[in-house]
Amino acid sequence: MKIEVRGLTKQFGSVQAVSDVSFTVKEGELLGLLGPSGSGKTTVLRLIAGLETPSGGDIYIDGKRVNDLSVQDRNIGFVFQHYALFKHLTVFENIAFGLKIKKWKPAEIEPRVAELLSLMSLDALEQRYPHQLSGGQRQRVAIARSLAPRPSVLLLDEPFGAVDAKVRQELREWLIRLHDRLNVTSLFVTHDQEEAMEVSGRIIVFSKGKLEQIGSPAEVYEEPATEFVARFIGAMNILEGQVLNGIVKIGSLKFPAPNISDHVHVKVGFRPYYVKVAEDPHRYRQPATLRHIYFLGVAYRLEIETEEGLILRSRMNKEEFRQYRLEVGQPVSFAVTHFRFLPQEGISFPSSASSQLFDAGPLTP
Amino acid sequence: MIRRLFIGSVCFYFALLLIGPILYLAVQSFDEGIAAFWREVTRPEALHGFMLTLEITAIVLVMNLVFGTITALVLVRQHFAGRTVLSGLIDLPFSVSPVIAGFMLILLFGPETILGTFFGTLGVKVLFAMPAMVLATLFATFPFVVRELTPLLQTIGTDTEEAARTLGANEWQVFLKVTLPMLRWGFVYGATLTVARAIGEFGAVLVVSGNILMLTQTATLHIYQSYVDFNYVGANAVALTLLAVSFAILALLELAKAKAAATLTSAN
Repeated sequence: MKIEVRGLTKQFGSVQAVSDVSFTVKEGELLGLLGPSGSGKTTVLRLIAGLETPSGGDIYIDGKRVNDLSVQDRNIGFVFQHYALFKHLTVFENIAFGLKIKKWKPAEIEPRVAELLSLMSLDALEQRYPHQLSGGQRQRVAIARSLAPRPSVLLLDEPFGAVDAKVRQELREWLIRLHDRLNVTSLFVTHDQEEAMEVSGRIIVFSKGKLEQIGSPAEVYEEPATEFVARFIGAMNILEGQVLNGIVKIGSLKFPAPNISDHVHVKVGFRPYYVKVAEDPHRYRQPATLRHIYFLGVAYRLEIETEEGLILRSRMNKEEFRQYRLEVGQPVSFAVTHFRFLPQEGISFPSSASSQLFDAGPLTP
Repeated sequence: MIRRLFIGSVCFYFALLLIGPILYLAVQSFDEGIAAFWREVTRPEALHGFMLTLEITAIVLVMNLVFGTITALVLVRQHFAGRTVLSGLIDLPFSVSPVIAGFMLILLFGPETILGTFFGTLGVKVLFAMPAMVLATLFATFPFVVRELTPLLQTIGTDTEEAARTLGANEWQVFLKVTLPMLRWGFVYGATLTVARAIGEFGAVLVVSGNILMLTQTATLHIYQSYVDFNYVGANAVALTLLAVSFAILALLELAKAKAAATLTSAN
């Protein structure tokens, strides 16, 4: 284990920023800490770095407890959201800063900085000052500066939060390549679920200072451990209902719940692409009215309203959309092909709860 | 038409307030020729005044840079009860007349007070001597460095310093290699304002110095004394010299700004 965190807790005055968080990071892993703002993910990162002191719990780096080690002695590289470059120093001097502090010889500093400049594609910029660089270049200088003294782990706090969308995409792909090449254990914080899915090997989802789920991007997406994760990662339709005779009836929709006892309140979740919509009002059993059409670039999102007033989101690929002549306000029919019961505190569901829905009407006309 | 009216009125305002008086002062200084001007500027009383002003300014500048930096750091970074009160008090010297400041020092260090008796028994003369003059000038100039540094510290934040710490720098290294260099323009502006104000300080110094010839008479007090003694050329000549010094300081500041801008663009 490269990093291990056990029962980590941090209190700011009366605010519990991090409560009882435990996880491990494997050697060479690229792990994303994902959560909305104020969820405590940045605090966890700063606690590992030593920029904050934990109120409780232990932090291990390379198997060694570092709680009592100062930030200077933890040998970590930290990348700040707003770069935090030394504005009075050139690119070269910024990258060399940590090496000078650690008393590297000038003969060693020069080749190391040159190596990083070429690694980060910053070759011609070494004599520039930070304000003469673009946002993407600044963040690359910041990463080069943190990597220069060969840290044992790299911690990145919302590293691409301050650049525009196009540069952000470039930096993401670039970070993945860099990680493949250097293989330095890296933790990065983001509030962007798409970014977390794309960049990380594993994701840790945070909410309100608590760890919600750890898993691969596919795991947190397909099998959300909590309702929060289900809502936060990707779009999901969530309906609430009560079990009666092994069935949850919500409006005219019926979801079989054979293993759940009667009168239990449950939440039913299904992704938009499990909601099939047809122009023909009789193709699927459920009637609805089309309320909105959103163009997402790769596909369309349809918002439909059932007769009972439930609003559902559906995803339709472009080919299918082109076949139909859908117009806002027209009647349509729909079916829900897959669903799952969302985990709720105090209720355990058998794994078979996630199943194909037989009561949604025929899937073929 | 309205544009011309505005430009014209601004020019007139400047001429009335600044250019006119300065030109008149320059002309009057050389009313009796260059030799008279030189005689007045180099007369022992005037030279002593210049030296005394220089000494007070130097002491006040160093003290303001040191304590101004500490004060700004504490006010921005430390959260303690009474911080807002202290922060508000910083501006007090701007709103209190220097004469009142001097008068407060007289009351505080008078021979009957505890402080006055204390320094008296030590044999240290505070009032009508250098210490009181320095204190009075400090009172008038204290806000400048603090007021330049606080907004700068707020915008800089703590990210850069934290970055230095993650790179292994200890607190002292962080301060010397990161905090101070980032504040350098604040120091330049704060120092310029402090020096300009210290050179020109009159009221507070007049009250606490006693205006003793060749002893506690600063350059501004010398101007005042010459004027009272009907030595108009003497007053004008020393005034013009002080004015020249102020101009020189402002010119140096502009030069430094231009040079900084030039190094930044040439690196492009």
